Amino acid sequence: MYKYDEYDHSIVASRVEEFRDQVTRRLAGQITEDQFKPLRLMNGLYLQLHAYMLRVAVPYGTLDSRQMRMLAHIARKYDRDYGHFTTRQNIQYNWIKLEDAPDILADLATVEMHAIQTSGNCIRNISSDQFAGAAADEITDPRPWAELLRQWSTFHPEFSYLPRKFKIAVIAADEDRAAMRLHDIGIQIVEQDGVLGAKVFVGGGMGRTPMIAPEIKGFVPIEDLLSYLEACLRVYNRYGRRDNMYKARIKILVHEIGADSYRSQVETEFLEVKKLGLDPPRAEFDRIAAHFADPAFETGMSDDLDRSDPDFAVWLDQNTAAHKTPGYAIVNISLKPVGGIPGDATSAQIDLMADLAERHSFDELRVTHSQNIVLPHVKKADLYAIWQQLADAGLAEANIDLISDIIACPGLDYCSLANARSIPVAQKIATRFSDLGRQRELGELKLKISGCINACGHHHAGHIGILGVDKKGVENYQLSLGGSGAEDVSLAKITGPGFSEDGIVDAVEKATDVYLAQRAEGERFLDTYRRIGMEPFKEAIYG
Amino acid sequence: MKILTGNDLARGDVTWWTGSGWSRHVEDAVDVAETGEGIAHAEEGARRVNAPYVIDATATPEGPRPAHIKDRVRALGPTVRLDLTLKPADPTAGSWVI
Repeated sequence: MYKYDEYDHSIVASRVEEFRDQVTRRLAGQITEDQFKPLRLMNGLYLQLHAYMLRVAVPYGTLDSRQMRMLAHIARKYDRDYGHFTTRQNIQYNWIKLEDAPDILADLATVEMHAIQTSGNCIRNISSDQFAGAAADEITDPRPWAELLRQWSTFHPEFSYLPRKFKIAVIAADEDRAAMRLHDIGIQIVEQDGVLGAKVFVGGGMGRTPMIAPEIKGFVPIEDLLSYLEACLRVYNRYGRRDNMYKARIKILVHEIGADSYRSQVETEFLEVKKLGLDPPRAEFDRIAAHFADPAFETGMSDDLDRSDPDFAVWLDQNTAAHKTPGYAIVNISLKPVGGIPGDATSAQIDLMADLAERHSFDELRVTHSQNIVLPHVKKADLYAIWQQLADAGLAEANIDLISDIIACPGLDYCSLANARSIPVAQKIATRFSDLGRQRELGELKLKISGCINACGHHHAGHIGILGVDKKGVENYQLSLGGSGAEDVSLAKITGPGFSEDGIVDAVEKATDVYLAQRAEGERFLDTYRRIGMEPFKEAIYG
Repeated sequence: MKILTGNDLARGDVTWWTGSGWSRHVEDAVDVAETGEGIAHAEEGARRVNAPYVIDATATPEGPRPAHIKDRVRALGPTVRLDLTLKPADPTAGSWVI
């Protein structure tokens, strides 16, 4: 776990007091809402449908039990006893009072957390692989690089007013668990002839113009990474559209001038940037990396497990993943109980997860881009006891990567941008497929729902995607198929005309029926779709 | 009819113009006809409301009902957590929105 140094503490504390003064002046009428709005957004404070919403960053998704308990404390003291974990490894509180916001930020600062750059046209929270440091398939822990990028990007004077918001993801495994190529910049740490470097993908994203980031550089020597990213951002900052916010993301720039032209300009810029000496000396990177050193894993641990409890066995198969150390496992805690609200957790549940992390996972938790929580380093011998405690708290749904493990944005129930509700659709689909045996028969099936074109629910990347739209004041839901946010990245295609709230549930079921009827041995839903194409699905869905 | 809504500046609560002040309950809203923009401007200037705007509504025996679903959700609270709405004891409250 990275620990703040004196500079981190100082800048976060200063920001809290600065914002406290801004809030005081706003409440006293000394500044107008037009003047105040950009200031509150710089501190992650939005005005949503029902109240102010505060978005808190969880850098690269990693936090410890002390921080997790603080998230529960804020939910309990300042909100309505719950928080909402998001697809960008943040947590959002939906019922915040403006007058409380400075105190909340002060509380967060005591555990080295904040809401800086969770909004606005700046480099947002750096996201990463939720299995970082634990995964059996990674070549190195990507988080020291993500932390370096966090330090580089925080209050970066040149990139505080970009043409639009900017999202970066860092991974270090071939399996992409962070939707890396659907970010403005995706970085995959790779090894070439024993030397670490980075593949850099630029210009991905969802929203109204979804695009997969093309590869801009196959191998950037790791010691040049910061300078290379600086060059990538400089070219964007120079040429990104500022006259039209809908065309302002870097994906539009890269698409319009072409990846080759963009790459050429970045390479030219990089030669200049490199002279500036931005890249940290090795000793500084080593200082950062030391915070992410492996915990004291025990050796000689057994991988044997008692699977005699069938419910536990199912949970093991569905919700745990391979750890790099024998005798350990990665535990996925589903925040998707059937009929529940994807990503929501009560303060009691958040506290329990903190307790489990402290006792059983070297004090670490992760937030996933699928709106779940991970205990990254759990002894296999402890799994049964953990599962029982999770079950008692309603957190043992054994549905990771199944059809009820739905990503859903807050939609029209909370979000002022949304055109349709997302959560009720997620609830109805999860309920329709509530039988776990049926879900497991369907296998890996990533279903994602957004309540507007901004695609916070990642519908473009869903094996099955759903987009809610407003059709003359009535909610309507478009179905799309064939998306993936993983290493086999692809964008979903719309099947045809949209459906009512109940109609979309039926349409999803028909799509799964086609899959079950047509799948070949070992195929996932996505594989079958890619093999047989859209037509059989359209025929079944529209008759 | 047209009614005026916004959010309370300090607390963020959804509020509705009653003719003499602000209420959390849309049933208390009054028809502002063409005067809404002026009231909004004055009330915002006096820091009694944040981000006010005028919406279309329909008069019903129970009071004004916002024309658009978005404002009906604002008036009630999230349809997926009736315990968090203004009508937590009414299991049919969600259907009021739809």
